[in-house]
Amino acid sequence: MASLVNAVVAPLHYGFLVRGLTAAVLVGIVCAVIGTFVVLKGLAFIGDALAHVSFTGVVVALLAGFGFYLGAVAAAILTALGISVLTRRVGVRSDTAIGILFSGVFALGIVLMSVGIKSYTVDLFSYIFGDVLAVRPRDLLIIVALGLAVLLLVSLLYKELLFTAFDPIVAEAAGLPVGVLQTLLMVLLALTVVVSVQAVGVVLVVAMLVTPSATAYLLVDRFPAMLGLGALLGGVDALVGFYLSYYANVPSGGAIVLVASLGFILAALFSPKRGRWLRLLVGQ
Amino acid sequence: MQRDTPFILVQNLTVGYRSQPVLQDLHFTVPKGALVGVIGPNGGGKSTLLRTIAGVLRPWSGQVLIDGQPARPQPALAYLPQAEDVDWSFPVTVWDVVMMGRYPRLGLFRRPGPIDRERVTWALERVGMLAAQRRPIGELSGGQRQRVFLARAIVQEPSVLLLDEPVSGVDAPTQHFVFALLEELAAEGKTILVSLHDLSCVAQRFSHVLLLNRRLIAFGPPAEVFTEARLNETFESHLLLVRHGDRVLVVEGETDDGQPC
Repeated sequence: MASLVNAVVAPLHYGFLVRGLTAAVLVGIVCAVIGTFVVLKGLAFIGDALAHVSFTGVVVALLAGFGFYLGAVAAAILTALGISVLTRRVGVRSDTAIGILFSGVFALGIVLMSVGIKSYTVDLFSYIFGDVLAVRPRDLLIIVALGLAVLLLVSLLYKELLFTAFDPIVAEAAGLPVGVLQTLLMVLLALTVVVSVQAVGVVLVVAMLVTPSATAYLLVDRFPAMLGLGALLGGVDALVGFYLSYYANVPSGGAIVLVASLGFILAALFSPKRGRWLRLLVGQ
Repeated sequence: MQRDTPFILVQNLTVGYRSQPVLQDLHFTVPKGALVGVIGPNGGGKSTLLRTIAGVLRPWSGQVLIDGQPARPQPALAYLPQAEDVDWSFPVTVWDVVMMGRYPRLGLFRRPGPIDRERVTWALERVGMLAAQRRPIGELSGGQRQRVFLARAIVQEPSVLLLDEPVSGVDAPTQHFVFALLEELAAEGKTILVSLHDLSCVAQRFSHVLLLNRRLIAFGPPAEVFTEARLNETFESHLLLVRHGDRVLVVEGETDDGQPC
């Protein structure tokens, strides 16, 4: 018992580990909160796209010499808005619009990187594969600020976001600003993705958006319960994954996502609501 | 009492989607407390009219005034679209869905309180769904879902209800229940427009009929509006009216495709 306590506490003597742990748990929570909407509204592909696009933002930021997060946030938000415009105005199916924007912008990032950046910098490497241990004090400050901003906005606009997610047509007719709320959700998704990429990496962000929330969906019946349980699971997945990453010396992103995936498999196997997982996988 | 106050005023309305107008030059006034059946063929513009009065679609020309104000989305207008296309696996219960009807009036940042819960309970009781309040929405039958959506419309405390084919695909008892409820609501002074296909029900229970086929064919009390000539103009077909006491039955005179009813 004493050795277990020691194993948990020992890493916390190092500042960079405390920072990493804080960042990971916060990311797990914020991702699951936005992830509830992602799972219910089928936005996983958009989340994935925003993560890849934010990589291009980072490359541009490194080349142009301005802030890392500024580049990522700008790229993700511009893409989120671009997707809204493409689907509403041009009339392309949304998954097609996402596919075009996402691959185009990501391709630009790759080309710029190979032209402008001769060797992988630590920053860029940790951005692709996710390394919470590379989180600097200033990064943590940004992650905490953006993460809390996302949580605050979701809690303030909770009922409007819920009505809009469930029945946008009736919500709009009843006077809710549905267009603004849908765009806001996109911006919040973009911020969440940018904040999370440092911890889990470009490729695995979508897992943190989807997996804890989907696990919660299997276990509970009501929206607030799904939101709360998802956040709890996201936090716990990040915590357990963090220690796994520390002791097994594997990348944090991979460890956290593996723990989350295991949680989903367990929930799917033992969920009291049989058949729910099937509905989720088949899509309705 | 207030039956003759014009409440909804539709003036020279032309409206459509993209470049094609669906409705052209509509002009009519609906008095407060009227129960209006909107009748017309598919593609005749019934949904378009309801969406325009709901303020979701903007008129191309002309205007829609509700109680003197241009139509715009607002809590005082309850709109129920045709074949509510929501995600039935969404994790909400009957109670949760009806409570959503309170959200727009609550305004930003305010949480539902005791009054809101009381109204939801009252509305669920009124549509006979109080016992099912904890059930997930996905477990309900089509008729039960429609009752829940009506309860959500009622808790909005609207002065106007716009219902797009609320009885399509529900069983006869539910249809009877829905019409009885609408009659009660109209008697309470709410102005109600309902699109539907059942001409006989409209003749019996509705105060007004609006015949619509891309333009207004006729508007007024059913007894005046339902004539063979107007119905055939509306549906571009050969219908026969059979009157039996105060009931009106509509029979197809000639069927060109020979399909049994």
